[in-house]
Order: sequence, then structure tokens, then C-alpha cells
Amino acid sequence: MTINLKQLSLTAACCCALLLSACADDKAEKAEQSPKVTIDKNPFPSQYTPLPGAPTVITGVTILDGIGNKIDNGMVYFADGKIAAVGESLDIPAGATVIDGTGKWVTPGIIDVHSHLGVYPNPSTHSHSDGNEMVKPVTANVWAEHSVWPQDPGFGRALAGGVTALQILPGSANLFGGRSVVLKNVPDRTMQEMKFPDAPYGLKMACGENPKRVYGKKGGPSTRMGNVAGYRQAWADAENYRRAWERYEADYDAGKNPTPPKRDLNLDTLMGVLKDEIRVHMHCYRADEMAVMMDVMKEFGYQIYSFQHGVEAYKIGDLLAENNVCSAMWADWWGFKMEAYDGIRENIPMVHEAGACAIVHSDSDLGIQRLNQEAAKAWSDGRRAGIDISQQEAWIWLSANPAKSLGIFDETGSLEVGKNADLVLWSANPFSTYARADKVYIDGGLAFDLSDPATWPVADFELGQVGEGDIK
Amino acid sequence: MKSLLTICLLATVSSAALADKLAIVGGKVFTGTAQGTLDAATVLIENNKIVSVNTSSSVPEGYTTIDASGKYVTPGLIGAYTQLGLVEVSSSAGTVDASVSSNPVSSTGAAFDVSYAVNPDSSLLAISRVEGITSAVSGISRSDGLFHGLGAVITLSGAADSILKPQAFTAVNVGNNGADSRGGSRAALWVMLNEAISEAMQVSDAAQLSPSSEWHGLNSRADIKALKPVVDGTTPLLMFADRAADIRQVIAFKQRYPKIRVVLVKGMEAWRVADELAAADIPVIIDPEFNLPGSFEQLGATLANASRLEEAGVMVAMGMETHNIRLATQHAGNAVAFGMSWESAMAALTVNPASIFGMSDQLGVLKKGAKADVVVWSGDPLEVTEAPEVVLIDGQQIDMTSRQIKLRDRYQQRAESGETSQYIR
Repeated sequence: MTINLKQLSLTAACCCALLLSACADDKAEKAEQSPKVTIDKNPFPSQYTPLPGAPTVITGVTILDGIGNKIDNGMVYFADGKIAAVGESLDIPAGATVIDGTGKWVTPGIIDVHSHLGVYPNPSTHSHSDGNEMVKPVTANVWAEHSVWPQDPGFGRALAGGVTALQILPGSANLFGGRSVVLKNVPDRTMQEMKFPDAPYGLKMACGENPKRVYGKKGGPSTRMGNVAGYRQAWADAENYRRAWERYEADYDAGKNPTPPKRDLNLDTLMGVLKDEIRVHMHCYRADEMAVMMDVMKEFGYQIYSFQHGVEAYKIGDLLAENNVCSAMWADWWGFKMEAYDGIRENIPMVHEAGACAIVHSDSDLGIQRLNQEAAKAWSDGRRAGIDISQQEAWIWLSANPAKSLGIFDETGSLEVGKNADLVLWSANPFSTYARADKVYIDGGLAFDLSDPATWPVADFELGQVGEGDIK
Repeated sequence: MKSLLTICLLATVSSAALADKLAIVGGKVFTGTAQGTLDAATVLIENNKIVSVNTSSSVPEGYTTIDASGKYVTPGLIGAYTQLGLVEVSSSAGTVDASVSSNPVSSTGAAFDVSYAVNPDSSLLAISRVEGITSAVSGISRSDGLFHGLGAVITLSGAADSILKPQAFTAVNVGNNGADSRGGSRAALWVMLNEAISEAMQVSDAAQLSPSSEWHGLNSRADIKALKPVVDGTTPLLMFADRAADIRQVIAFKQRYPKIRVVLVKGMEAWRVADELAAADIPVIIDPEFNLPGSFEQLGATLANASRLEEAGVMVAMGMETHNIRLATQHAGNAVAFGMSWESAMAALTVNPASIFGMSDQLGVLKKGAKADVVVWSGDPLEVTEAPEVVLIDGQQIDMTSRQIKLRDRYQQRAESGETSQYIR
């Protein structure tokens, strides 16, 4: 090959120039690149420490494992905070505490996906009303955990009803009410000491009457169509924000020194949803509105993990199943407002029968104390309407489905080996009104024992007051 | 997939709906009377009355039989304090007759009268009666006045005339809520109450209330007329209070005005003064599930309230709800889970509210001459998994249907057939 010198020198000169410029640029930008700005996704980390526990075996007990199986006269063994074995017959390990479960039932701990304990605590004075940031319709910037008052006596009452974990949601006044937090039901001094380690955040959204009632005369939305415009604009803004951060990161990684986008706490949360890091739990009663919201969901490419209340979910069980959206429901609440007028007692079993994910929830400091009875009502009402669901299958509504919707099913929500020892020993079949939670274990620690008043939590508020330490 | 049960029930209804003489045979019967609870008993009904309850296994000729073997039979349940017939949808949906703001006819609120407001077509009535609630005490829940007007006892049959007893009681809140609207203090509230009551007692002559005579009372003329049956002991005065200190004031009030038939309502700390309530013969209407300190007047709230009141000998009634008055059985069941006897819990849903409102010859009992409001339950009514299978009101089997049942049926069919929903009926 003949080399044309003239060409070579030109090429070399070009190369050199390119190299030089590249080298120079590189040097300049490296020197000038500011520290990369990132968003701390966990600025209020969990400080939860499990209660001390001992290796324990419950014998002769009826077991509902929470994923559809029942064992009569079975045994459950847990140690080091985890379920170690579940079966008809186990070798009792040396040194284990043995509890005779004859005539009793054991189930996974109940998980309530809809609670306002701590944010609307007892006593329900105006000074304690911390659940709705009713200043504008989009407040995804607020976090329920910053309102949680751990001294709410309601936590202890819920524990006596077998609730081992719960999601605290902001209220439903706003289109976007703010972030939720998942807590372990071991009431202590601070929210962080109750916070479920590594549980994903949720985002509360609300359909229907509440936002339009609250904002109808405060600049809107004043209609359901106004509500939907509000969600869509917010998601569009979040997409913009996400692109701005992605551009910043790409530029930075390319060696440039871009200016980071201005932090916006509201859009942080919405962007978290678009990246599937934060789970939408949406207050929605009417079937037609849920259908619209599932289209909004598809338009912006996020997932609704649950509709909350879903009083008309029975009308659209097929759509919920298709879109993989859970519905968290009461057994029988209805009629307190127009959008709750079509409530029926068979809502939960009909959603289940449609193949969708049904959850029993409380939204109540009283209801949370007997969610097992709520499931029992729904189960029996379903049977009377010809929906044949077993009790072991129905328990999925109380533990497994709630855990799945919250993103904690790998850790809890069923009695499977290796999972957290979150379980309840019931005095009788928990589908009976007369059954009480005898013992409640969280991570293998005995959090409540009906026979031992020393284990009944007494909130600071109740100390030194009438009724301190009484049976509640 | 309709259950066999539903089909059997339909058969029962069609064969017996028109019978004048009914025999409910073989059930475990809670009578609400000295007869107690009888196993394998027979309840005989003729026209619209109970004829007898006995343990004879033979049924006289001419009776159509309803087999209740293995089931429970009870009097129709009574909603002890509700707003049934006065409200369709509680909020943001138009007029709610259970809520009254001021009106010139009344200065203390005593005169408002719900017997003009009850709507027998309210969907709540059918929704509640298929669940075994056959009658209810219905009253004003929110009023600007000192008194919450005159309440009524109603049947849930849906009949054009649903009022069993008009002007059956009046009510007053002597806790925080009552104080808040009376100058913000119990110090004002109780003085006003005493004055209003004393004034009604002092008016003895109707002429004093005629428009031509001068009237400068605290009550309006209409209020005085409404308070008369209360001060002469004909109808009860419901006094709402939770705090033990307030309940002691209620007991003192009863001692001041011994003729007045005082009933304590809500009473979250009633257990703390249970002996005094028993001694003063004051019955209590409670929701036994309230166990949280919702305010500083409820610090002693506990699920043991009902059992402690029972132990002290206080008459207890339950069933304080409206849309979900059907959950009264669950409330009572939870009282049993916390120590109350099953018999007393059943009485709290039947004969006790009937007694409190002076209706126990008619309602809440299965005895000769009582109104034939009867429920046959699939099992123990206090178990949340059991339900009514047959409901009689005035001896007539009601259609076991409601708007909620129709919605259920429509959408069960929709799920199977995929038909357009609004053509399914």
C-alpha cells in the first residue's frame, strides 16, 4: 500500500487535534465536575428492633397457613424470629417453649393496609388531626410518617386483635394525599422504632367525592372530570421531572457538569411511582371511576397496587383481575355518602371469585380490632350467595394479599418456613365472634398475651389516667 | 351457582307467606321472658300475634309449619337507638331529617317531632329487616337545641304507617357535645336543663300556653307540650353521657326528678358507676365495642363495659347504628366475648329496648299476645357467620330481598353471562 504522505500528515494533524481537544476537554470538565447530586431515598431509616423471643412450638393446633392450606391438629415451630417448621407432626427441639394449642387456631398475623392510627389518633382532638394536608389537591410531598404519633392507644388495641403490621395512610381529601408508611405493630417511642424495615413506600391517591368536596370552592377540582385532569397533569409534570433527572444523570455520567434539576418533594414521590419504587394505593368507591383510573394508570405507565374501599369492586372484578389491581374492602360498610350507596355484603367474595386480589381492610380504629370478624362475615355472606370459598382460602384476604399489595410478602403474610414469625394464636376458630387473640407474636417476640396484663401495651397517654392497664 | 339453601328458603316463603296460622317448630327459642331459652320449642302464631311458646312437639291442626330444627328462633330485633327512616345517605346527598337546626317553633329543641319525617320506603328498612331487625327506635341525632326533639318507635315492615309509637321519648346530651352548644360548659348546660325541666313541671294549666296568654318561658309553648310526658314519667328521657362524673350528674338528676324515666345512652364509663346506676334503676343503651379514649370523657372505655354493667344488675340495651344496625348482633357477640352472658346479650337486642320504651308487651318478646315479629336464624344470631333465614313481621313472612341483594344478583349474573348490566333484573 502506497502511503500518500500529504494525506498522512493531514490525518495525523487531524487526529492530533482531535486528541488534543479531547484531552483538554477531559481535563477541564473533570476538574470542574461538581459532586453528583443524588436523592436519598431513605432519610428516615427504620430503627426497629424485634422484641426478644424464644424458640417456641405450638402443638395440637388448627393451622391456617395463610396461603390456602389448613392443618388440623398441627404444629408450628419458630425460632430466631422466623418460622422454622409447620406441619402435622414435628420433632420438638430441645429447649423450645411448648404451648398447648389444643382447641385453638393459629394464623399469620393480620396486616391492615388501611389505617390512620397515629395520624388521626385517639383522643381525636383537633390538635391531633394530622392525616389530611388540606391546603391543595396535590400534596405528594407530605409523608404520613411525619404525622404518626406512636402514643396512639389504637396501636395496642389493634395488637389485641391480632394485627402485626399495618400501613398508615394519609387521608383522602387530596388527589394525591402523600406517602404512606408501613409499621410493625410494636408501639414504641418513635415512628422509626416501629417502621417496617425496607418496606416500599406507598402513595395515597383519592377518587371521587372527597377531593371535589374539599376543593370545590377552593380553586378546584370541583368535579370528577376535574379530579382526573388533576391526576393527569401531575403525572405529566412527573414525567418531565423524571426526564430532567435522567438527562442530568446521563450528562453527568458522560463527564459533563450539568446543573441538577431543582429538587421538588412532590415530584420526587410521583417520579418514584413512575419508576415503580413507590406503590399507589387509591381511595376509590365507584366502579366507573376505578375503570377510568386504570386507564390513567396505563396512560402514564405506573401500577395501582390497590383500590382502597372499592365499595363497587364487585361490579368490575374482571377488570381488576385483568389489570392486576387489588381491592381493599370493608365487609359491609355502606350508605354514609352517595359513592358508598351501592355497597353490598358479598363484595369481598365476589372480587375473589372473579380472580382478583381481595383484601379486608379497616380504615377504623375499631374495625382494625376485629378484622378476622370482617373476613368471617364476608366469607359467610359469600357462601350464602353460592360462592364456595374455604376459610383457609379466605384468610388470604387478611395477610397474604395485604402483604403482596404492600410489597412485604417475601418477609411476612403467611406461615412459610423462613418468613418472619408474625402469627396469632386464637382461642377458637377466628371466624367466630367469640374468638379472641390469645397470643400475638411479631418476629417471634410475644407482643401480646391475653392471659398476662403485663403484655398489654399502655400508651403514654393512658398512664396515670382512668382505665390504665384495664382490659380493653 | 345459587345455593340449595336459597332455593329451600324460597320454597318455605311461597308455601307459608299467606298462612294465618304458623307454627315454628323445633328451634332453640330465645323468648325474652321468664321462659328463658327453650330447646326444640314450638312457637305458635295466629294472625299477627304470638299464641304460645311451648316445648310440645305436636302442632295443633290448621297451622302451617316452618321447620326450625337446628336453628335459633328469636323475637325480631329492635334497633335501640337509630336514625332509621330519617336518613337515606348521610352526607352530601340532600336532606337528612335526623339533623335539625334552629326553628322558631322551638327554643329548647324539645318540640321537634320525627313522627312526621319517617319514610317507610327508605332502602335502609328492607336492608335491615332481612337481617332480623324488625323495629327500631328512631330519633334526631343532631340538633342545635338543648333537647333532640321527640323520637318514635317504628316498624321496619315498610307499611304506609310505620310508626308504632310516636312521641316515644326525648333526648339530651349532657357530655361535651351538649356543653359545647350551651355556652361551652357543663356549668351552663345543667342549669339550663334544670330550668327547662322545672318550667315544664310548673305549667299545669293548658291556658298558660294559649296564644292569648303571655309566655316568657325558656321553652317555647310547643316545647312545654312536648316535655309534659317526660316530666310526668310517661315517656323516657335519654341522656347521653360517657364520663363517670357526667353519669353521676345523671344519677343526681334522677334523684332530683324521681318521676322522670331516665335512660343513660353511650355510657362508655358507665361500668365505673354501675352499682349506682343499678340502685337508681337507670337502664343503659351502649355500643359495647367502644373501647378507645376518643376524648377526655372516654378514658375508661373498655369492651368489658357490658359485662360489668350486667354483673351490677343494670339493664343494658344495644344497637346504636343506622345504616348498619344489622351489626347489632356482632356488637352483642363481642360483649359476650368479653364476659357478658349470651342471654343478657340477646335481651339487650330485644326485650330490654322494648322495656325501656314501654313496648315490652308488644315487642322484643315471644309470649302470648305479643306482636308476631319473629326471626329464624341459621344458627346463633351473635355469630357473625350466621344469618336470618325467615323473618316475620306482624305474622307475615317478609320477602328476603333488598336493593343490596338485587345489586348482588345483577352482578353475579353479569359475571357469568357478560350481559349489559342495566338489562339484568
